[in-house]
Amino acid sequence: MKLEMTLKEVQDSIIDEFSVFDDWMDKYNILIEMGKELPMIDPKFKVKDYLIEGCQSKVWLYPQYDGKAVTFTADSDAIITRGIVALLIRVLSGRTTEEIIMADLYFIDRIGLRQNLSPTRSNGLLSMLRQMKLYAMAYKAQGSGQSQ
Amino acid sequence: MIDIDVVRSDFPVLHKKVYGKPLVYFDNGATTQKPLCVLDEVRKVYTDYNGNVHRGVHAMSDRTSEAYEGAREKVRLFINAAKREEVVFTSGTTGSINAIAYSFGERYIQPGDEIIVSEMEHHANIVPWQILCQRKGSVLKVIPFNDQGDLDLDEYLKLLSPRTRIVAVTQVSNALGTIVPLKEIIGPAHSMGIPILVDGAQGVQHGFTDVQSLDCDFYVFSGHKIYGPTGIGIMYGKEKWLSELPPYQGGGDMVDRVTFEKTTYNELPFKFEAGTMNYAGAIGLGRALDYLNELGRNEISDREKTLLAYATERLSSVPGLRIYGQSASKICTVSFLLENIHQYDTGMILDKLGIAVRTGTHCAQPVMEHYGIDGTVRASLCFYNTIEEIDALGTGIEKVISMFS
Ligand SMILES: Cc1ncc(COP(=O)(O)O)c(C=O)c1O
Repeated sequence: MKLEMTLKEVQDSIIDEFSVFDDWMDKYNILIEMGKELPMIDPKFKVKDYLIEGCQSKVWLYPQYDGKAVTFTADSDAIITRGIVALLIRVLSGRTTEEIIMADLYFIDRIGLRQNLSPTRSNGLLSMLRQMKLYAMAYKAQGSGQSQ
Repeated sequence: MIDIDVVRSDFPVLHKKVYGKPLVYFDNGATTQKPLCVLDEVRKVYTDYNGNVHRGVHAMSDRTSEAYEGAREKVRLFINAAKREEVVFTSGTTGSINAIAYSFGERYIQPGDEIIVSEMEHHANIVPWQILCQRKGSVLKVIPFNDQGDLDLDEYLKLLSPRTRIVAVTQVSNALGTIVPLKEIIGPAHSMGIPILVDGAQGVQHGFTDVQSLDCDFYVFSGHKIYGPTGIGIMYGKEKWLSELPPYQGGGDMVDRVTFEKTTYNELPFKFEAGTMNYAGAIGLGRALDYLNELGRNEISDREKTLLAYATERLSSVPGLRIYGQSASKICTVSFLLENIHQYDTGMILDKLGIAVRTGTHCAQPVMEHYGIDGTVRASLCFYNTIEEIDALGTGIEKVISMFS
């Protein structure tokens, strides 16, 4: 899978989309819309193994690795959370392990979701991001193991 | 009658804005806001006379000790305990229950003994007893509740047995708002000689609690939920129990005479107050109780009943809204879910409208399991809330529904 945009370009386009709104309600409205469009996880992966701990709502995240890139599908029982996962997936899914591990997600701050990143907030943006990076690290370790 | 504008002007936080909107604070079950007089009182401790309690010949220590013991007397009067010896300061409800579970367990619990709690307890009144059960090989029994949110008293009577050593129940369910008919719990237990602990964390700030007329053996609550400071709480115990129980913490002040061969303990209540206590918190709590007495506890109660009736009616009118906890006897807490909308989504949007509610399991997971849900949205009100704020919640909920449908 070849991605059309660089990590920076996707983030900038998200910032653009959000910049039209300064009201919180409008921002949540787009999150809700994005949540509806999330690439849905196959129901058979909505099991404990793929459940992310530390969220007030449930989040399932399923990774796939083709030797080069990691793709993610996910779901959540709360729609706003689904919108947040959708954003993370839009930015990170389909990228190389290296890119995911090193990714600096500045868009979170710029669209005003920073408060959702703080560890005391229980929506688990931080846990989702950590989990995505962990998968990438695990695949990378696996990959370098095989090539030796 | 309570003059609501005057009352609200006593609470600085209530005038804050969040996200540019006026704050509607409906999370009083988690913690209450503090009136200025309490803040002033705590400040005065440190600006006017601070010294360690019971530990000096000097004037500062004397004055602090006097204010601290004065606060104990205010608590005694507030819950109508018979003696000041029966009122012990702790760090809060959780601290009190852990202390009692430990000390009572040491003294009275044998393998195979039974402890009764209810299905609607806060985790603070479940986990300490589970730890005790693990330590002593005793067994936890649970009084179930029905879907309306009332305890099943027939089942309770069946659970009482010659092996029952203590019954620990809440006065009010934090998740459902149910006021538990304590007399019907205490009477049958006492007729078998079984003592009762009442978790008053959600009860003491509403209406009247008289520990003598209830005849409960232990009564515990937290200062921060009754308009006082955080980090202070109360463990009331009848003298006959407290004098029998061993202390659960050792240290300064709780001792009478210390040698390396043998230490004898101080008299009540100091036997249970090891180390430097949160005296500023205790003095602040005393002032909070004065404040409630000045407002009038009947007046507070009446106002809260009006608010509950209005909130129940307003929220019931919202299509697809289900209220969890419909007991005929409730404090002004309304726990609810919207059809097909996650409690977390509801809470996030209400937050952005300036409305503070709690979402999740409210530290009462067995209650959620009872209904087969993951959590609820809880609006917990108190006397300083208003009808207009309830309307704002109603409108906010309607906005949530329109956003998610
Ligand atoms: C019924 C009940 N018991 C115990 C507690 C624990 O109180 P604290 O955290 O102040 O110790 C709470 C607080 O939420 C409660 O609602």
